[in-house]
Amino acid sequence: MGRLPPQNQPAAGDGPPPLAVEHVTLRYQTDAGTVTAVEDVSFTIDAGERLALLGPSGCGKSTLLRAVAGFLKTSSGEIRLHGAPVRAPGPDRMVVFQEFDQLLPWRTVAGNIAFALRRARGLGRAESFERARDWAGRVGLGGFADAYPHTLSGGMKQRCAIARAFAVQPAILLMDEPFAALDALSRRRMQDELLALCEETGATCLFVTHAIDEALHVGTRVLVMTPHPGRIGAEYAVPDAARQRGTPDFGRLEMEIQQRIFGAALPEAKTAASLPARTDAHHRVEVTHNV
Amino acid sequence: MSESTLSTSARPAPFTVGPRARRLVILVGLALIWESYARWLGNSLLLPSFLETLVALWENLRNGELPERVRASLGILLTGYGIGIGLAAIITALAALSRWGESLLGLLTAMFNPLPAIALLPVALLWFGVGASSLVFVIVHSVLWPLALACHAGFRAVPPTLRMAGRNIGLTGPSYVVGLLIPAALPSILSGLRLGWAFAWRTLIAAEMVFGASAREGGLGWFIFVNRSQLETANVFAGLLTVILIGLAVESLVFATLNRLTVQRWGQEA
Repeated sequence: MGRLPPQNQPAAGDGPPPLAVEHVTLRYQTDAGTVTAVEDVSFTIDAGERLALLGPSGCGKSTLLRAVAGFLKTSSGEIRLHGAPVRAPGPDRMVVFQEFDQLLPWRTVAGNIAFALRRARGLGRAESFERARDWAGRVGLGGFADAYPHTLSGGMKQRCAIARAFAVQPAILLMDEPFAALDALSRRRMQDELLALCEETGATCLFVTHAIDEALHVGTRVLVMTPHPGRIGAEYAVPDAARQRGTPDFGRLEMEIQQRIFGAALPEAKTAASLPARTDAHHRVEVTHNV
Repeated sequence: MSESTLSTSARPAPFTVGPRARRLVILVGLALIWESYARWLGNSLLLPSFLETLVALWENLRNGELPERVRASLGILLTGYGIGIGLAAIITALAALSRWGESLLGLLTAMFNPLPAIALLPVALLWFGVGASSLVFVIVHSVLWPLALACHAGFRAVPPTLRMAGRNIGLTGPSYVVGLLIPAALPSILSGLRLGWAFAWRTLIAAEMVFGASAREGGLGWFIFVNRSQLETANVFAGLLTVILIGLAVESLVFATLNRLTVQRWGQEA
């Protein structure tokens, strides 16, 4: 299996970081006027780091990811990839989207991965398909390499998209709530598998999510974003001991982030730790919006 | 396909027929109605019977008259269809890649799509004289606008996520159009091609009847026109039947096959 080419993964502390977001502000026009989605956000991601960008819907985290991917221009500030400013989309920042229709319906699972490899890495047909089959197997789609996307379940489509992103071996992987449209059981399993893949390949990741437990499980570092406009509210390092659900460290960190997001701890916050954090968070976010 | 799987999973009904058999039964029924009505009317100058038409068809096939007419018509048709597809490809590619192109396409289709091809015949005659070029011109007109409109609608309907995924793996400019937009819009493109084919066929037959009179190498429309003026009604019907048969053949052989090999297989069928 091909390893990352040297230019894509410099040793830590060697040259500029894989991703540097410098005082980025993102505005867009609507009929009602100018909306500031993200205001003056700065952070860097080091090689091998997995940064989870956590926040409620509408906090601008997906907009920020799209700007990093090159689909949106920054209103001010700069986004740098290994020091070079981002100007357009490119396979050095492979994106896994939330939506299931990110796969090309006219190509099989292996075909989708191989096409990305041909375009992004300039590989030949035979070699790209060989690697594509290998990657399909690594995400548990070995038996479905020749299946067309419309015959796959949502979870399998996301696996294929993840395999496609990893196969290209980008400088950084951008994940835009890739599991948000999956059922709770599939989501848990995919989180574990993604974590295993990341640790195995040492991939650098920017992972956008609105679920605290997901951010803690997948990320090595968590940035909490606050909405209207989107800003960085707090930053947490996630030690390896706090990565596993059900451990005291995990619970403590989850509670801490919850309190940071929802302000002064509400009386329910004590019981909330034992409840599934996701539904709880959803509920509370809606309430605060309505008030 | 879905019908056959349905009928095998359900308990076997005594009188289940497949779609092919159903179509055949309907065709035979229509022929019977035609035959019996013509016999009852008893005026083969007005309406020749189905069998008389078949005999006339066979005669004209054997003496080489019809094959020659079909060849002439199809030659012009395919030329016009091909040019129309080429122009539609260029104009929709422009529309997909730039805002100016999009406005151009929108304006041109709004102006020319409602304009019947036959209405352009006098202009065509002025510009190209009587002959194949004029026919090709009106066919191009009848194919170009509906096809361009269908393609453009197909391009616009490509989901934003799919577009972003394409640009993400490095598709830009022509490779973006060929590698992403065209396959993603294929259901619309195919239905545009079908529509264009039908329009081209109609336009050709009509145009041939209008000025085929002085064309030496007349096509099917000319064949129908001449036989009507000579009161060879059975031949007129044989000509009409030929038009229908060619239409059916192209639909079931070319378009249905294309459909099965592409959009049906990819689960993209609209």
